[in-house]
Amino acid sequence: MAETYYCPHDLPRFGEMGKDRPELWAKFLDYYNAVFADGALTAREKALIALGVAHAVQCPYCIDAYTQAALQNGSDREQMTEAVHVACAIRGGASLVHGVQMRNVADKVGM
Amino acid sequence: MRSLPVLSLQARGHELAAPSAQMAALERSGAPAFEEVLARHGRAPLEAHAIEVLQVNVGKLCNQTCAHCHVDAGPDRREVMSRQTADEVVELLRRHPEIPTLDITGGAPELNPQFRYLVSEACAPGRRIIDRCNLSVLLLPSQRDLVGFLKEHRVEVTASLPSFRASGTDAQRGDGVFARSLEALRLLNEAGYGGGDGLVLNLVHNPVGTFLPGDQASLERDYKRELQLRHGVVFDRLYTITNMPISRFLEHIERTGNLQRYMELLVSSFNPRAADGVMCRTYLSVGWDGTLYDCDFNQMLAMPSNHGAPQTLSALLASGSVVPRRVVTDRHCFGCTAGAGSSCAGAVAE
Repeated sequence: MAETYYCPHDLPRFGEMGKDRPELWAKFLDYYNAVFADGALTAREKALIALGVAHAVQCPYCIDAYTQAALQNGSDREQMTEAVHVACAIRGGASLVHGVQMRNVADKVGM
Repeated sequence: MRSLPVLSLQARGHELAAPSAQMAALERSGAPAFEEVLARHGRAPLEAHAIEVLQVNVGKLCNQTCAHCHVDAGPDRREVMSRQTADEVVELLRRHPEIPTLDITGGAPELNPQFRYLVSEACAPGRRIIDRCNLSVLLLPSQRDLVGFLKEHRVEVTASLPSFRASGTDAQRGDGVFARSLEALRLLNEAGYGGGDGLVLNLVHNPVGTFLPGDQASLERDYKRELQLRHGVVFDRLYTITNMPISRFLEHIERTGNLQRYMELLVSSFNPRAADGVMCRTYLSVGWDGTLYDCDFNQMLAMPSNHGAPQTLSALLASGSVVPRRVVTDRHCFGCTAGAGSSCAGAVAE
């Protein structure tokens, strides 16, 4: 067993998830590649979205991969930092908007 | 923002100014021999069978010192093509009207006194002439009439712009270069370049870092939209070119501890289809002193055409032909065969 749950050497081993149920892996990859192909959004825009989501889900593998993908597709640090702030704002806002639930409960049971 | 050194490797006395030191660094990186990998994929040997592009490097003099420059060009360089050598280029083109394209590069080729002579003399119906332009040169007081000259001779402009953002462009090419590049692009647009009316303006994207370029078509969409919306600038095509692990980019990746990782990236991304489309199969490269090479990168590594082919313009004019010829290769060639491939006309494999 690894000494830590997250290890940089595990990122290039992602393909090992194709073992045992290769047909599911193949379906996932087909979908994944189709999602990131140029469409109404460019590959650069999709990489920036992925970078923001990677921070929202706090996946170190995704942060590594999509920092590089964002750079490779032509984004710069300023744009990537803004993407992280978008993730931060949505995460923070998501907490804050639940405050309305808190207020609802407090209004009901409080005086 | 980090300022770039203003001197070439040569002027700094850096050991990587020497081609032999560059080759040794690439060998130390652990990259396999290029010919072995080619052979493993059934692509060896690489051979040139035609000259579709005569690429003439008129010298190393430049008004910029970009961080990734494979030429180690700069204001301190003094190697420039003479009229005698330019005359040999003109004579070669006169004898071979079937060579469709003359591609003039440098340094900043426009700063060479032979540039306008070459363009004027090589100009012929049906022949495409390309100026590899750094854009900022168009703003120099000595070059105020350059756009008019290029337009008059219908020279195709292929201009470097590594990013549609200032930070990326300035990080690679020097502080303030993005703003000057936009100013120059507007001058070209005002003259009719990039508007689809036959005055061709193409841009070149090099990665601003130690990774491969993104997808060329996708990046072109971003460049077109961002440059038009934010800056009112239009252009025709975007070419993505991989940073070659030689000269100043080699110095950068070695200094930042990225040499081995970058070479592993290039080698692991070897694409046989890119090897089928590499430019050395259809290019002939001429150095400022008239030496012949299989490409501009070999030129900077002092690796002339070989395997029995003539090595100078004068030998070629005296003896006949450089095709077919076997291409001279080494580890730097992985730069042209990685991913979608890379050439002076951008990606070579979908």
